[in-house]
Order: sequence, then C-alpha cells, then structure tokens
Amino acid sequence: MDKIKCECGHVNPEGTVLCEACGKPIEGNQHIDGNDKKTLLNMRYEGSARRSKTYTNSIVDKIWSFFSSVKVGVWLIVIALIASALGTIYPQAEYIPPEAVSRDPAVFYEATYGITGKIYYQLGLHELYGSWWYMILLALIGVSLVICSLDRYIPLRRALKIQKPKRHETFIKRQRFFSETEHVTTDEIHSVKEKLQQQRYKITEENGHILAEKGRFSRWGPYVNHIGLIIILIAALLRQTPLLFLDEYVWVREGEQTVIPGTDGEYYIENKKFIFETYSEEDGEIYKEALEKQEAMVPKNYQTNAVIYKKKGETVAGADPELEVVKEAEIRMNEPAKIGNGFTLYQAGYQLNEFHTMSFKVHRTDDQNEKALGTFTVDMNNPKHEYELDNGLTVKIDQYYPEYELDDGEPRSISKFPRNPAFVFLIYPPNETKPEVSFVGIGKNIDPTNENEYKLGIVDFDMRHVSGLTVRKDYTLPIFILGALIFMIGVIQGMYWQHRRIWIHPKGNGVLLAAHTNKNWHALKQNIEKAIANTSIKIVEDQQELDKDVSKRGGES
Amino acid sequence: MSLLQISNGMLYASFVLYLIATAFFGATIKRKKSTKKGFSEKIAVALTIIGFLAQLTYFITRWVASGHAPVSNMFEFVTAFGMAMVLAFIILYFMYRLTALGLFALPVALTVTGYASMFPSDVAPLVPSLQSHWLTIHVITVAISIGILSISFIAGLIYLVKFVDQSSRTKRTTWLEIVLFTLFVFIGFIIVSVSFNITGYEAKFQYIDGTREVTTVYEMPPIVKPHEGKALTSDVMKPWFEAPSWMLGKDAGRKFNTLIWSFLAGGLIYLIVRLIGRKRVGALLQPMLKKVNLDLVDEISYRAVAIGFPLFTLGGLIFAAIWAQIAWDRFWGWDPKEVWALITWFFYAAYLHLRLSRGWHGEKSAWLSIIGFAIIMFNLVGVNLLLAGLHSYA
Repeated sequence: MDKIKCECGHVNPEGTVLCEACGKPIEGNQHIDGNDKKTLLNMRYEGSARRSKTYTNSIVDKIWSFFSSVKVGVWLIVIALIASALGTIYPQAEYIPPEAVSRDPAVFYEATYGITGKIYYQLGLHELYGSWWYMILLALIGVSLVICSLDRYIPLRRALKIQKPKRHETFIKRQRFFSETEHVTTDEIHSVKEKLQQQRYKITEENGHILAEKGRFSRWGPYVNHIGLIIILIAALLRQTPLLFLDEYVWVREGEQTVIPGTDGEYYIENKKFIFETYSEEDGEIYKEALEKQEAMVPKNYQTNAVIYKKKGETVAGADPELEVVKEAEIRMNEPAKIGNGFTLYQAGYQLNEFHTMSFKVHRTDDQNEKALGTFTVDMNNPKHEYELDNGLTVKIDQYYPEYELDDGEPRSISKFPRNPAFVFLIYPPNETKPEVSFVGIGKNIDPTNENEYKLGIVDFDMRHVSGLTVRKDYTLPIFILGALIFMIGVIQGMYWQHRRIWIHPKGNGVLLAAHTNKNWHALKQNIEKAIANTSIKIVEDQQELDKDVSKRGGES
Repeated sequence: MSLLQISNGMLYASFVLYLIATAFFGATIKRKKSTKKGFSEKIAVALTIIGFLAQLTYFITRWVASGHAPVSNMFEFVTAFGMAMVLAFIILYFMYRLTALGLFALPVALTVTGYASMFPSDVAPLVPSLQSHWLTIHVITVAISIGILSISFIAGLIYLVKFVDQSSRTKRTTWLEIVLFTLFVFIGFIIVSVSFNITGYEAKFQYIDGTREVTTVYEMPPIVKPHEGKALTSDVMKPWFEAPSWMLGKDAGRKFNTLIWSFLAGGLIYLIVRLIGRKRVGALLQPMLKKVNLDLVDEISYRAVAIGFPLFTLGGLIFAAIWAQIAWDRFWGWDPKEVWALITWFFYAAYLHLRLSRGWHGEKSAWLSIIGFAIIMFNLVGVNLLLAGLHSYA
C-alpha cells in the first residue's frame, strides 16, 4: 500500500485523485477521473480513491472493476429494458385468452401469429419473465448495485468526513463556479457568512478559509435507494420458496362447503351466496348515456358471502372433522378477506347459473295429459347410477354430459361443469330386462327408436352460482414493502435535496470564491447571489457553459 | 345547469385560456421592449394559472358528479395528463422563470387535452376491478409524474431546436423534424376527428375478435378495414387494404385507420407549413429561442426528471402494485402496460445514471428526454393499439 502524503500534511490512500483534506490534485493520478484533459476537476466522488480504479490486476479486481462501472450498470439496465419490451410483442403464456384456438403454447403462437409467432415461441419469449436468462440479468443488476455502491460509498464518506475548509488554490480555481475579487473587507466576509447561515448553510472555518455546506445527506440517497432495490430483489427470490408464498384456487358452489386448499385441511369455506350485480337505471341518471352505448351489461359487484371454518382438535380418521366458525365474510373484488394464519381469500372468478338439481317425470308416450307415473331428482354434481320409481319403473343413467355439445354428430361434454346438462337414460319398465333408450337435455327429448312406450320430461330444476376464490399466503409482502419504502426514501433524499458547498478562500486582500453542487446549479447560484448581495465580492462565473459547445459542434452561432 | 355541464364548460374554458396564454407567451419572445415583455409575460402566466384552475374545477366537479375520481377511462386519464403537464409547467416556471417553456409546453398540453376529447366522454360506472381508492391514488400520481417528465421532454425539445445547426440538412435536423412532425400528427388527429364527427360519418364492419364476432363503427372513411372484416354499411368508401393480423389491441382495425388519417392530415398541415415557411419547422422555430440559455434548459430538463422519477416510481410502480395486489391478488403480473411502466422506469433510471458522466449532458440528454417521452406516449397510445392487456380503460 503506497499512501500518498499531500503538501497539506494529510496522508491519502493509494489511488486518491484529489487530496481528501485540501483537494489538491495528486500528481500521477489525474488520468483516473479524466482531469488531465479538462480545465475543470471531476468532482463526482470527490476524487476519492476507489477500489475499482486502484487495484486492477487480479481476477477479483477485474470482476470488481467490471461491476463497479456505471457504464456496465447502464448497459445492464438497457438490456433489461429491451428484453422486457420483447416479452410484450405477443401475450405471455399465462395471458393466452380462454377463447383462443388452443391454450397450448406450442399450438397457439404459430396458429395465431404465423411464422413470427412460431419463432417467438421457440425462443421462449412466451415465458420470458420467468426465464433463466432474465433472472440472471436481474441478478447481475443486483450484483452491480452492491459493488457500485460499496466502491463509491466508502471512499466518498471518508473524503467528505476528512475535507477541510482550507482548500488548495488549484482546487478552488478548477471548480465550475468560480470568481476572484481583489479587495474584500472582513465586514463583507462576515456579512456573507451570516447570510449563508440564514440560508441554512453549515459554516466551518480554518484560518480565515470558510466552507459553507448544506444537504450532505443527499449524497447518500443513491446508496440508500440501492439498498431498497437489493431488498426487493431478495424478496423476489424468497417468493420462489413455498414456505413464504402460497398460491391456490378454489371453486365453491352456493350452499356447499369445502376445504380451502393449501391450508392442510385447517380451514373450510362455505359459500352462502354469490352475488353478481350489474349496473341499471337506478344507479343514477349520470351513467345513462354510457350504459346505453354498451351492448353488454356492465358488472357492478362480484361478491361471495362466505363462512370460514377452522378445524377443531385432531381429526379422527374416517370421521368428519369438527369445525368452528372463524368469521363470516363478504368477499368482493378489491375487498379480499383475511382469514388468519396469513391466508387471504380474493374474489377471482365466478360461474353463473350452474345446474344444481333437475327433476324428471316419466309418463306414457301416448298420454296426452302427460300424467306422471313417477318422478326422480338428479343431483348434477353427484348423479346416482340408478333411480327406482314408485310404480316399479327403474331409470338408469347411461351417459351424463354436464356441458353437452354435438361435435361432428357425436355427443360430448366440453367441461365437467353442469352448465348445459344432457343425459342418455335407460328406462326399465317393471319386470323387464330390456330397457328403452331416451336422450334428454335442455330443449331436447329424443327417442332414437321412435317405439318407446315411456317418455321423460323435465319438471323442475334448480340453479346456483359458483364462486372462484384465490387462496394466498405471501409472507414476502412486508419485505417488498420495506424495500419499496427504503427505495423511496433514498430516491427522494438523493433527488429532492442537493449537496451544496461554497468555499471562501482568502488570497492577498481579496478572496477566491468557488462552489460545487451535485445537481441544480441554478439554485446554488441564487444562494450565492443572495449571500454576496451588498458586498464587493463578484458573483461566480459558470466556467462550463454548454453554450460554448454550440459553436464548437457546428450548432447555431 | 347540471354539475356535469359546469364541469364540461370549465374544461372547455381552460382549453381556450391555454390557447390565449400561448399567444401571450409567443409575444414575450417577439417584443423588443423589456417593459412590454414583462407585461405580456405576466398576462401569459396569469392566464395559464386561471386556465389550470378552470381545469381543476372541471376535475373536482366531475369527481363530485360521477361519484368517483375522473381517471377511470381514456378521456379522463389523458385530460388529467394534460392538466398535470400544465401544473408541472407552472411549478417549473416559478423555479426558473423561463417563458420559452410555456411557448412549447402549452401547445403540447393543448394537443394532449385535445387528443383526450376524442375519446367518449360519458361518465361511465366503474366495473368491480376499478372500484378502489388505490386506483385513484395510482392514476393521479402517474398523471402528475408523467406530466412532470413531459416537461423534461419540452425542455429537451427547446434545447434541440436552439442547438441543432439548421444551415444544412444533417442527421440531427432530420430527427428533429421527425419529432416535430409527430406533434403535427396529433394535431392532424384532432382535426380529422372533429371534421368527421361534425359530418356524422359512419361505416360499420364485422370481424372476428378471438372467437367472438364483433361489430365496430368507423367514424372516418375506412382506408383500412379490420382484419378479415366484413362491411355492413354499403354506401361507403371501399377500404384499400385490411389491418394486419398482428395488431392485437381491442378494435385495432378502427384505431389503425384513425392513425392513417392522422398521418395524412398531420402530413398535409406539415407540408403547408413547410411550403409557406420555406424552411424546416425546426429552422422556423429556432429564431424564437435566441435568448434561451442552453445550460438553463439542460438543467430544467434534468430537474424535471429528478422530480418526476421518484413520483413515477411511487405512482406507476408502487401504488400500482398495491392496487394490483388488492384487486387481482398479485402485485405484479407482467401485463403489457405494467411492463411498459417498468420499461419507462428502467429508461429514466438509465438516464439518471448517464447524467453522472460529463459527456451525456446537453445534447445527448436532450435526445434522451425525447425518447423518454416517446416511451411514455407509447404506453399511453401504442400499447392499446398493438398489444392486448388488462388495462381495459386505457
């Protein structure tokens, strides 16, 4: 370790560009911050000795230097940006619409978007945000955040702690804001000091050299917000573990009670009622025009009136568990219900008007009055195999199609949900072994042989709604909230405050005045103007006007 | 007079006030005498503030009348965005006292507000997913933040108009013309929409959206028909071609048709301006900015991002995530609009990091601020046209 002793007496660590105490440029190190080619000093990290710029030989040094570069960080951000955009060209796999030709990604993308869709699918862009390389990209950003921050924060903090009010003349002259005044009285300097204090600058003095400083804490803003981001990335990682995160879905029919999945049989839910409301005229004159333009009904409320039960004691094998009511909840969209133990239920889906039960009667085909010979009721979710009627008739269910559809002349069911039930019944007249075949559904009653003696008819049915609820347990949420909070504190700290410093450097009978800020130079100049009002001290000149570039770059003269 | 009528009147009043204010901002640049300049500057700022208050009245009265915050559909959101832009201008004007900012910010805000008024302005009831206070908080914060970020674009534009050498045609002048041309397209959109609205033009088409058969009503002559669309109205212009299948947004054919019309109308106005001025539009604007200090404009552009970025993070990502968690049981779902909010965030994060290096101040920053605004506008306009997503209202 080659420490560097400055002429002011301060010993700087190796790699220092500007003396930590007096700011004098240290010979031989000026190329590090590019000061050798500019008139102004690069003040970004106070010219402090950064590890990444000092040690560059070993592999570790090289990796450290790589990730500590802002340029690399920006490239990582830009790559993440482009990658994220790629994923929005076509819908991600989870957003393939239910009415699509096929929900199988292998079929969907090519069938819907042609050759580009096929490429999209083959490149794996249809599940880009969960892909290993996207994860690695985010992880690299995380590594860059940590290394960048450590590389800068530690030496920067040191330099700002050590800085002395008395600065080297070169340092003062090579600031962006600078002025030189030949004759200044002590009264004038006193007045400036007072006015700076009034503007809440902190004044430190050393042999007539004055440093006025304010808002130093804003320099830590970037490091604070990076900590926030790291916490968010860690939370995202933890969310992959089933211990902290659980995602289940439960369908529950009105009037039914079912175990809540993911709770290990601890919790049960009963759906008392599912409420589906749409807007109507009663909701106010003001909506009238908008509602008239809509062809479909506009939904107003999705709500499940539920009772949540918890298992009491140990379950005896084979016996129904003993349950106690935990709470009665009205679960609406945007109003999820917390049920305890970290579980939350969200209103996520519904199925309206599912058939619950259907009652049939049997009558003689030639009976004009269709007098019932017997009736039976089928529970759609639990149909019996065989129904014995009062008068000795037996009806067997040969086929049951919960959601009937005729597909190329072949009857089939498109789902297991009883939305459009149809049956093939076998009717056994008393003491007969050869049944008659009958096909009955909504609006359909077919006798394939046209010789049936008995006919079936629907006499009654009962419908109900089904509610779909998401079951969530997410212990990572507080971590995300913490990360977001720290990020916001850091970003506000860094963006809404500025670190401003004004140096007053006596020289002969006059003073050199210099100033630096990390942003918002305009306001710094106003501060100085206020402070030097009614004195002979000259206002600082901006030694770096972008206007000067205009002529240089061939812009407007 | 109903509250809603007062509300609409106020919006209209604010539009007119901004228009007059723009003229006064123009006068601040032309006048030679400093006293007169100071006078028209005062009038311009006063009119802007009164206009903003009128628009604020529109916002509040509409909120009261409809029972929910007026940020629930495209008309309401884009209007709020235009309003936020004016607010951001007022704030930054009082920080930096740069009148040229008003000369550019107000016309853009006017265009945005005009664009908003092309969407149906009926008060619509909220579907269950939108019935949340977090939606209100999320959208209002987003509107304010992108309003401020837009001022960064305005300052960047001023920077470039002044900076770019117009004596000969270069890559720079061409790109600047493209940026300015885009503004003409928005104006073109407003003009064709209003014109065809007055004539009450209508052409109906039927097409397949997914598996459903839907009808759409064109309010402009159909240059392009929906993908595999069938005309239902007979006595209208025959479409020249049909929309490509990869346009996935809701009603993409109609929107694409509107886009083409906007380009045609915008292009026509642009051509007229070029023919009359006999110069590039950039060159026509340049003399207005003679007194503008580039350093100051650069700082305003950066400052706007410095103020807008934290707000955007809060509104566009954090509040959005809280709402999504409550409404859809997950705080992040990789929906296109969400992803584009993240892209916007990534972009401005990159911008802020690039500002750390000397070489990225000035011109490069100005170009970046324009790209940033383009990303915001893409999320507002493009995502709805090209990509399918959850943000049904916008």
